[in-house]
Amino acid sequence: MSTTDTSGTTDTSGTTEQQESLGEAGAQLSTAPIDDRAETTVVGGPTLGVIGWIRWFWRQLTSMRVALILLFMLSLGAVPGSLVPQTSVDELKAQAFKDAHKTLTPLYEKLQFFDVYSSVWFSAIYILLFVSLIGCIVPRSWQFVGQLRSRPPGAPKRLDRLPAYTTWRTGAEPEQVRAAALTLLKGHRFRAHTAGNAIAAEKGYLREAGNLAFHVALIVMLVAFAWGQLFKSEGGKLVVEGDGFSNTLTQYDDFKSGSQFGIDELEPFSFRLDAFDGTYEKSGPQRGTPRTFEAKVSYTQGGTDKKAVIRVNEPLKVGDSKVYLIAHGYAPVVTVKDGRGKVVFHGAVPLLPIDNNITSTGAIKVMDGYRDKKGDKDQLGFSALFVPTFAGEGKGTMFSQFPGLDYPVLALTGYRGSLGVDSGLPQNVYQLDTSKMTQFKIEKGTGFAERLLPGETMTLPDGAGSITFEKGVKEWASFQISQQPGNGLALAGAIAAIAGLTGSLFIQRRRVWVRAVRGEDGVTVVEMAGLGRSESAKLPEELGDLAVALTADAPPAPDAVPEDVRDDVPPGAERQAVPDADPEDVPEPAEEPAEDPAPSGEADK
Amino acid sequence: MILAATTNESLARMSDLLIYSSMAVYTLAFFAHIAEWVLGSRSKVGRTAAALTSQASAATSAVTVQVKQAAGGTAVLEKPKVVTRSAAGTRDVPDGPGAAGGTVKGDLYGRIAVSLTVLAFLVEASGVVTRALSVQRAPWGNMYEFSTTFSTVAVGAYLGFLVAKKNVRWLGLPLVTTVLLDLGMATTWLKTPSDQLVPALDSYWLWIHVSTAIFCGAVFYLGATATLLYLFRDSYENKLASGGNPGAFARSVMERLPSAASLDKFSYRVNAAVFPLWTFTIIAGAIWAGDAWGRYWGWDAKEVWSFITWVGYAAYLHARATAGWKGRKAAYIALIAFACFLFNYYGVNIFVNSKHSYAGV
Ligand code: HEM
Repeated sequence: MSTTDTSGTTDTSGTTEQQESLGEAGAQLSTAPIDDRAETTVVGGPTLGVIGWIRWFWRQLTSMRVALILLFMLSLGAVPGSLVPQTSVDELKAQAFKDAHKTLTPLYEKLQFFDVYSSVWFSAIYILLFVSLIGCIVPRSWQFVGQLRSRPPGAPKRLDRLPAYTTWRTGAEPEQVRAAALTLLKGHRFRAHTAGNAIAAEKGYLREAGNLAFHVALIVMLVAFAWGQLFKSEGGKLVVEGDGFSNTLTQYDDFKSGSQFGIDELEPFSFRLDAFDGTYEKSGPQRGTPRTFEAKVSYTQGGTDKKAVIRVNEPLKVGDSKVYLIAHGYAPVVTVKDGRGKVVFHGAVPLLPIDNNITSTGAIKVMDGYRDKKGDKDQLGFSALFVPTFAGEGKGTMFSQFPGLDYPVLALTGYRGSLGVDSGLPQNVYQLDTSKMTQFKIEKGTGFAERLLPGETMTLPDGAGSITFEKGVKEWASFQISQQPGNGLALAGAIAAIAGLTGSLFIQRRRVWVRAVRGEDGVTVVEMAGLGRSESAKLPEELGDLAVALTADAPPAPDAVPEDVRDDVPPGAERQAVPDADPEDVPEPAEEPAEDPAPSGEADK
Repeated sequence: MILAATTNESLARMSDLLIYSSMAVYTLAFFAHIAEWVLGSRSKVGRTAAALTSQASAATSAVTVQVKQAAGGTAVLEKPKVVTRSAAGTRDVPDGPGAAGGTVKGDLYGRIAVSLTVLAFLVEASGVVTRALSVQRAPWGNMYEFSTTFSTVAVGAYLGFLVAKKNVRWLGLPLVTTVLLDLGMATTWLKTPSDQLVPALDSYWLWIHVSTAIFCGAVFYLGATATLLYLFRDSYENKLASGGNPGAFARSVMERLPSAASLDKFSYRVNAAVFPLWTFTIIAGAIWAGDAWGRYWGWDAKEVWSFITWVGYAAYLHARATAGWKGRKAAYIALIAFACFLFNYYGVNIFVNSKHSYAGV
C-alpha cells in the first residue's frame, strides 16, 4: 500500500498532488470517476479487438468529460427549438413560417427543426446522456456502499501536511486522549474508529448520498415524463353558459391521446357551465386588458353534485383529470321563425373571437323544419358578426371597441338554399358554405346585412321568416380536459432532485484524525488534522472547535506548545509518529484492502 | 379580490419618484467609487509579484488562525492554533487591499460610496414596495418591475455579504455601474404604467416562481461579475508568474483585487449555492404552467432558455468536479450560463414570440 500506486487507481477528483502526498488517507473522499486524462492511454492500444472497443466506448461514454460534452450538446440542441416555431407548440405559426421561408423550409425540415424536441438527433443526445448517467450511477453506488461498509482510512504519517492542522502537549495519557477523542468525534456524529495510535473519523456521507439521489432523481423524472406521454389524453370542449359536458369521447370537439391510452380510462364525470364572468380594465392606457376570467360550474362525480369555480390558474381536479379554462367568447341567443311563423330555431350560437376586443364571427344554420310561406322545405343560413361594444352609428366600423358587453350589436346576413351539410364532407360549424345558397336582399342596412340590437328582429323578404336577436347574450368558455399519469412521480423526482442537490452542494465530506503519542520527554503530544474534498473555511473552524472541546480532557501542558507552529511538528512527536502511522501497523489490516480493490475494480470494467 | 383593487395613482407616482431618486443616489455612489479608485494608492502594489516570485517559500508558509476562545474558558494556558495550508499546486497569493489600496483617503471615499449605496438601496426598495402597494400585488408583472426588483435584490445581496463581513467591496463599482444601466433601461425603454395583472399572471405561484427567479438572477449576476474579474486577475497573475510585465494601469487595478483563487472561490460558492434554488424555480414554473396552461412543459421559448441556463450551470458544476476542467475553462462555462440567463430575460421577453412575453413594451 505504498503511496505511489494508489494515486492511479483511487479518486483523483481532488487535487492530484495532494492525493499523492496523502496516499490512502485522501482516497475515496468521493465516488467521482477517475479523471479522464488517465484513461486516454487506452486509445493508443493498437489491438483492442471488438470487446476492447466496446469497453473503450463504454468507458468514454461514462466518463465525466463525455457527460460534460453531452450536457453542452443538450443545451445547444435546445436552442433552435426556441427560435424556429415548433409544430408541437403552435401548428399555425409553424405553417406561417414555412410559407414565409420557402428556401429555408426544406433544409429545416431535413434537420427536423420544426420538431426539435422529438427529433432523432435531440433524442439521441438525451438518450446517450441518460445511458451515460446510468453507467455512472451504478458503479458509483456500489463504491459508495463499499465506503459505507468500510472504515475511514488510518492517519497519514505527516498530519502537518494536511490542509488544517493543530497540535499541543498535554499531561493526559495517550490512551485517555484517544478514548476522549473517539467519544468526542462520535458525539459530533463522525464515523470514528481507532487505527493504531490515532483516531480516524469521517463525516458528511450525505453529500455523496445526495449526489447519487440527485442523479437517480433525474432518471426518475425522465421515466415519469415518458410514462406521461404514453398514457396521457387531452381534449377540448366549448360549452355555452347553461350547457353541460360529460367526459366521453363523443362529447369532445377534439381529442388526442398517447399511444397506450385506453378510452375506457376516461374519468367518469360531467359538469355544467352555470356562468362565465370576464372583467376588463375600464379605463387608462390598458383599457380592455383582461382582469378576471371565472367559469362557475356544477359538476357530478360518483353521484355527488358539487360546485366549483375554474379560473385561468385554477383548474378543476376530478380524480385523475383536470379541467382547464382555455378561452372564452360570446354566444348571442337568436330565434328563427319560418314563413308560417313557426319557431324553427332557438338557441345560443357560439361565435369565435377574431381580435382582443372580442369582435366575433360565426354562422347560424337552420337545417330542419323550415318551410317558406308556400310551405316548401328549405334550409336557412346566417353569417353573423358580433361586437360586444359597438363603436356607434356612423363610425363606419364593425369592430368591437371593448371586450365587455357594453353595447352589443349583431350584424346578420341571411341565405337560403342548401347548407351542404349532407355532402359528406366535414363542415366547419362556424362557417357558412354559401356555394349552393342565395342571399336575401333586405330593405334596411346595406341591402344585405342588418345590424340588430338586443330584442330587435330582422324580417326576411318575401315572407321568408324572421330572426330575432334575443336579449341576454350568453358567454361560452372552452375547456381542456387532460389526464396525464406520472405527474406525481415526476413531482416526487423533482423534490428528490432538489433535496439531493442541496445535500450534494452544501454538505462537505471531511476527515479528521487525532493522534496522541508519548513524546520523548514523557509528555503526551496530541495532533489533530482535517481534510476535506475542497478547501473550505469551515474545516479549520470545525477542527478548532473540536480541538478546544478535546482540551477539556487533554488540557494543554504549560509551556509546551512551540512558538512557531508553522515550521514543524514538535520534534518528539514526529519521531514517535512516523513509525506508528505506517499503515502496516494499523490494526485490523483486513479492513484496508477491502476499501481499495472495489473502486479500482470498477474502474477497470 | 383583484377587481376591487384599482391602481392607486398617487402611490404609483411616488414609486416613480423614489426610483428616480435612487438613481440619483446611485450616481453619487458611482462617483464616490471612482474617487476611491482614483485616490486610492497606486504605490502599494507589487504584493502579487512578490508572492509569485518567491513562490517556493510561499507554498510552504501557512496562515495561522487563532482558535476562538472557549466560552467561559478558565485558566487554560494556551489555546491550540489551527494551521491551514492551501492545497498543493495552487498559488498562495494574498488578496489585494481593495479599491482604496490601503490608503486612508481612498478608504474614506469607499466608505462614503458604501453608505450612499445603502441609502440608494433603501430608496429603491421603497420604490419597489410602493409600486407593489399601488397595485396591491407582487411588483412583478412586467419588465419594468422585474428590472427594478432585480437591481434592488442584487444590491441587497451585495450589502448582505458586506454585513456578513465577506470581502466583497471590490464588487462596489461594477455593481453600481450595472445597476445604473439596468435602471436607466427600465425607466426609459421598459417603462410601463402601474397596472393590474392579466389573469394568467394572477396566481400565488407568481410570488414563488418569480421571486426566486429574480433572486437567482441577481445572485448569479454577482457570481458572473466575480468570474469575469477572476479571468482578468488570473491572466494578470499568469503574466507575472511567467516573468511578464503588465502595464501600469493593469497593475494598479489588478493589484487591488482579491487573488484569482479568492475570486474563483467566491464565484463558485455563489453559483453553487444558487443552483438548487434555480432548479426549484424551474420546477415551480413547470407546476404553475401546469395549472395555467394545462401542460407542465411545452418547450416554450422561456422554458427552453431556462432549461439551457440550468444545463449550463450543471455543466459548470460538473466541470469543477473534474480535475481537468477547473479554473479558466470552468469560468468560461459559468459566463456562458449567465449569458443564457440574460438572453432568457431580455432576448426572450422582447424578441422571441413566447407565451411568457410579459415585457409590457
Ligand atoms: C443528466 C444530466 C446531468 C446533470 C443535470 C447533472 C448534474 C450534476 C450536478 C448539478 C452536479 C453537482 C453536484 C456537486 O457538485 O456535488 C453533479 C455532480 C456529479 N455528476 Fe452529474 N449530472 C448529469 C449527468 C451525469 C453523468 C452522465 C455523470 C457520469 C458520467 C455524472 C457524474 C457526476 C459526478 C461524479 C458528480 C459528483 C462530483 C462530485 O463528487 O463532486 N453526472 N451532476
